[in-house]
Amino acid sequence: MKVVVDEEKCVAAGQCVAAAMDVFDQREEDGIVVVLDEHPPPELADEVRNAAAVCPALAIRIEE
Amino acid sequence: MTAPAHVLVVGAAASGLTTVEALRRKGYGGAITVLGDEPHPPYDRPPLSKQVLSGTWEPARTELRTGEYLAGLQAEFHLGDPATALDVPTRTVRTQSGRELRADAVVIATGVRARTLPGQELLAGVHVLRTLDDSLALRADLLAATRLVVVGEGVLGCEIAATARTLGLDVTLAGPLAAPMALQVGPLVSEALAALHTERGVRLRMGAGVAGLTGAGGRVTGVRLATGEVLPADVVVVAIGAVPATDWLADSGLELDNGVVCDARCRAAAGIYAVGDVARWHHEHLGRLLRLENRTNATEQAMAVAATLLGEEQAYLPVPYFWTDQYDAKLQVHGFLPVDSQVDVVEGDVTARRFVARYHHGGRVTGVLGWNMPKQTRLRRQEVVDALRSTPAPIP
Ligand SMILES: Cc1cc2nc3c(=O)[nH]c(=O)nc-3n(C[C@H](O)[C@H](O)[C@H](O)COP(=O)(O)OP(=O)(O)OC[C@H]3O[C@@H](n4cnc5c(N)ncnc54)[C@H](O)[C@@H]3O)c2cc1C
Repeated sequence: MKVVVDEEKCVAAGQCVAAAMDVFDQREEDGIVVVLDEHPPPELADEVRNAAAVCPALAIRIEE
Repeated sequence: MTAPAHVLVVGAAASGLTTVEALRRKGYGGAITVLGDEPHPPYDRPPLSKQVLSGTWEPARTELRTGEYLAGLQAEFHLGDPATALDVPTRTVRTQSGRELRADAVVIATGVRARTLPGQELLAGVHVLRTLDDSLALRADLLAATRLVVVGEGVLGCEIAATARTLGLDVTLAGPLAAPMALQVGPLVSEALAALHTERGVRLRMGAGVAGLTGAGGRVTGVRLATGEVLPADVVVVAIGAVPATDWLADSGLELDNGVVCDARCRAAAGIYAVGDVARWHHEHLGRLLRLENRTNATEQAMAVAATLLGEEQAYLPVPYFWTDQYDAKLQVHGFLPVDSQVDVVEGDVTARRFVARYHHGGRVTGVLGWNMPKQTRLRRQEVVDALRSTPAPIP
């Protein structure tokens, strides 16, 4: 699984961090998404898919 | 409860599409039909007053999903064909083109429509902003204009004023409140917004009710205030709120009262659910009906209803969240901000335009608002969650 984010679409809601905090974080200065782990392990796959689903800007793409 | 064999979703935008995606992600293998009145593939609205209106995004960037992705959902999409009636006992939807679609579960996701001023459709140069076509038409008119008046000082009116100002127009923002977004964010932050818009060159006409429009030769020439004063304009945007798109349900027998009235699980009748801007459901922690018009709710409510459809019954209990972008100010709101709250700045500094404010009402925290501090604001969301869970009581 690979996580790809579109920083320009990101609206800094932080929904992804709430859904999968081991994989996503936000920049301190402007809240834009930071990917902590581009290739999350299988046990986090559900969380990561959920994070992509709850993003209000659909800025997270997952390549399975 | 066994999963329905056929789900029909009416409304093909954020909440409708999310319902479909959530059903498939949960492994639902039954039939799904999606009906939408707009001809476009499902697209997103927040960029319409920001990147699309300013021209920094091509319209196609608002598409929620690629054609390939949509095809992979194995759902039948009928676009450009509005629903015209619903028969509740048989869960049958009739459409303008004459289709009759019967399903085991119907999800109403028809959103809201922009409210208008009487007679505005008779004048060229007067706009609302709800759809992609609205945004493109407004942009085209703005590029040829010099003076814009925005009627309505809510979130949408403020965003349009900011974007138009960035495009170089002479902009006046008019509305009855004391300051921009005063109803949504209270006095402290709305005064900070007033200062920001003024500094950027927007003329504010606050505390001024709008009486109507003036025109000549079929084109708008200005906005008449209740005081009699006329604000001259070549283009006017009317951003005075929205009404739930429920006309097609008028004869259905469903309870319609500022939206489709639903129980705590977003159910309007047996096998009939509502999601997104159109849904007014019973929020159990607040102890009252609530209807939200924000992007996160469209997603979260759709996901909750998809779960309920598959037998994972759960009350829908969101902590509301919305954001708005005006110039370089990015505001984020978690929870509720009653106008008569006590507001404390808990991080940063209002004059530096980087702060987090916490709202208290009736002895508890009800919400947090951040101005250019998204992460720090989100980190305080839990305080809102805890307060709402521990003392369930109505928030005005
Ligand atoms: C310009 C703009 C900017 C916004 N900015 C923000 C923002 O910054 N942050 C934020 O949180 N929220 C924002 N919002 C709000 C957010 O976009 C909405 O909450 C969200 O779009 C709601 O999704 P929905 O699917 O419930 O309704 P809608 O997006 O309204 O979709 C409903 C769909 O159903 C269709 N429909 C209606 N009647 C029928 C019928 N009879 N038959 C078939 N189809 C029908 C409609 O044409 C529409 O396509 C903004 C909204 C607008 C308009």
